[in-house]
Amino acid sequence: MTSDAADPAQAAGVAPAAAPGFLAGLLQRYGTTIEYILIPGAALVGALATFGLFVALFGKNPLDLYFYMYQGAFGTWFSWQNTLTRAAPLILTALCTALPAQLGMVIIGGEGALLIGALSATSVALVMPWAPPLVVQAAMVCAGVIGGGLWITLSGALRQYRGVNETISSLLLVYIGLAVLNHLVEGLMRDPASLNKPSTREIGAANMIGSIPGTDVHWGLVFGLVAALASYILIYHTVFGFSARVAGGNIRAAKIVGLGVNKLILTICFLAGGAAGIAGMIEVAAVQGRTNANLAAGYGFTGILVAFLARHNPLGIIPVAILLGGISASGGLLQRRLGLPDASVLVLQGIIFVFVLASDALYGRISFLKGKS
Amino acid sequence: MADGSIGLWTVPLAVFGGAIRVSTPFLFVSLGECITERSGRINLGLEGTLVMGAMSAYGISYLSGSPWLGVIAAGITGALLGALHAGICSLPRVNDIAVGIALMLFGTGLAFYLGKPLIEPTAARLPAIDFGWWSDVPQVRAALRINVLFLIGIALAPVLYWAFRTTRWGLLIRTAGESSDAARAMGYSVLAIRLRATMIGGFLSGIGGSFLSLFYPGSWNEGLSSGQGITAVALVIFARWDPMLCLWASLAFGGAAALGPALQSVGVTSGYHLFNAAPYILTLAIMIITCSPKRTLTGAPAELSITR
Repeated sequence: MTSDAADPAQAAGVAPAAAPGFLAGLLQRYGTTIEYILIPGAALVGALATFGLFVALFGKNPLDLYFYMYQGAFGTWFSWQNTLTRAAPLILTALCTALPAQLGMVIIGGEGALLIGALSATSVALVMPWAPPLVVQAAMVCAGVIGGGLWITLSGALRQYRGVNETISSLLLVYIGLAVLNHLVEGLMRDPASLNKPSTREIGAANMIGSIPGTDVHWGLVFGLVAALASYILIYHTVFGFSARVAGGNIRAAKIVGLGVNKLILTICFLAGGAAGIAGMIEVAAVQGRTNANLAAGYGFTGILVAFLARHNPLGIIPVAILLGGISASGGLLQRRLGLPDASVLVLQGIIFVFVLASDALYGRISFLKGKS
Repeated sequence: MADGSIGLWTVPLAVFGGAIRVSTPFLFVSLGECITERSGRINLGLEGTLVMGAMSAYGISYLSGSPWLGVIAAGITGALLGALHAGICSLPRVNDIAVGIALMLFGTGLAFYLGKPLIEPTAARLPAIDFGWWSDVPQVRAALRINVLFLIGIALAPVLYWAFRTTRWGLLIRTAGESSDAARAMGYSVLAIRLRATMIGGFLSGIGGSFLSLFYPGSWNEGLSSGQGITAVALVIFARWDPMLCLWASLAFGGAAALGPALQSVGVTSGYHLFNAAPYILTLAIMIITCSPKRTLTGAPAELSITR
């Protein structure tokens, strides 16, 4: 990170001289990619250092902190399974922010789509108790996608047809979704047997989707990986994805070349909400077994952080989600071994988020990555 | 007998008392956010500021024994968080809405972290003025026990309304919000104006938080705020960035939030959560009605990222 205030001409003059020919060529070709890895990486390191400092203020050894974080996240097979289980919904809710971001939209309502997806999936499972498990599960996936998808499509449609800001509307829809969930769970859909924690009836053990053989990690991880891979192919290797990126870069150019921008936006919003809806369906069908207020565990909000940290790249989301899943998995160990409050994970997430957003200012300003152009 | 004698009047009375108690945090946060948004920036992190304010007010009140010191500490904490928001947002190419979400996570996390030891002890609470001395009915007296912060908030709304219209500061904030080019042409730094506006917004939100922990409900725990900060941000949009409308909207939403528990006390139990969601539904409805693809929200500052 040489002086970022240097004027471009000087920077361009310095860079090739400092690097020999081969390296300069590499930088020129992959400079942007390196930047996309280096800057979020530096932000992450900065955030971890800040958190270490913060913990040191309370008389804890930061080195212990990093050791236990590593132990709790990736140290043992048990912690790896815990991490991957938490990463699954994060991949899916991150897609809810990352896909609309290709069109230049900022959607922060993944939590709402997750809740509505969970509610739809549960409802479908409860009305077809006679069906074989595989049929019920397929119906739950469809219901999750449709419920979550329509919830975010509403934001997209309001933006396109009424000019309502999609960020605010998706945020409002999170709280409306939560209210709808609580209303139904405590009223119409309440299981009379659930006294202290109002919940719906259970979907039944046979309908649970279970774990990947040989592990304790549920199948949700596979859903997440497939969705991320499919999104990557859709965005970078199809005409549809290309049109979406054109529209995201310049909406007027997209209209001039005759792209159906409305259709693009609604489709992308539906897929984005659908991804978060599957996350909700998985939380029901693999973890909770029913719908209740426990589902609002903040996966939707952490997913926003994952998407921003991955620069909205669907493939980048996978490692970032695993990393943040690991951080939240290590919370328990930090609590037991270091006596840190359970909120420390939340603090660290907040610090990482702040650093990552602030690091956005660095793109294109690191002179040795500029090469000759 | 005194209890039963007012019968069904319990509900409107509870709504009235609730409107006053519940609306105070809404009022402070929305007036603060109103100032920030008028300067052309949106701070969604006020939920975190509110919770941090509640925690620091409770902590300082517990340590010093003076609730008013707690209120001031909450304000200062809020202003610092506002400065952090403004500082990050003044970097180039940084999305202020995303920063707000980040600070919401950070603020609530930090408050839970630092506030862990504060759940057990009891801190000195803010005093209330008894406006119900003339009545014998306990419900009336309860409804009329009013906190000074509420009165300050009520006074603040017209003061802000006046300040936006006539003072040099109000004009500067509005100029920065309507056209940053115009402010720059006049020789003012837009970033400096927004920094101050965001800090004042944070200060007021912190005070709103102190009301939660020091008066109503009057204790510190992790479930203290049920999204009042976000509600208040929505409320500013609902009130079309007008401080006086913020006051009425805060009272209305406070009343709506009090309606649920009030109905519960007379036996109507359903619909509780839908009343709580009323601010979000109404704000969304207002946005749908007043926006159109050609025209953005009326009354919205032109520089605001949600209108562009």
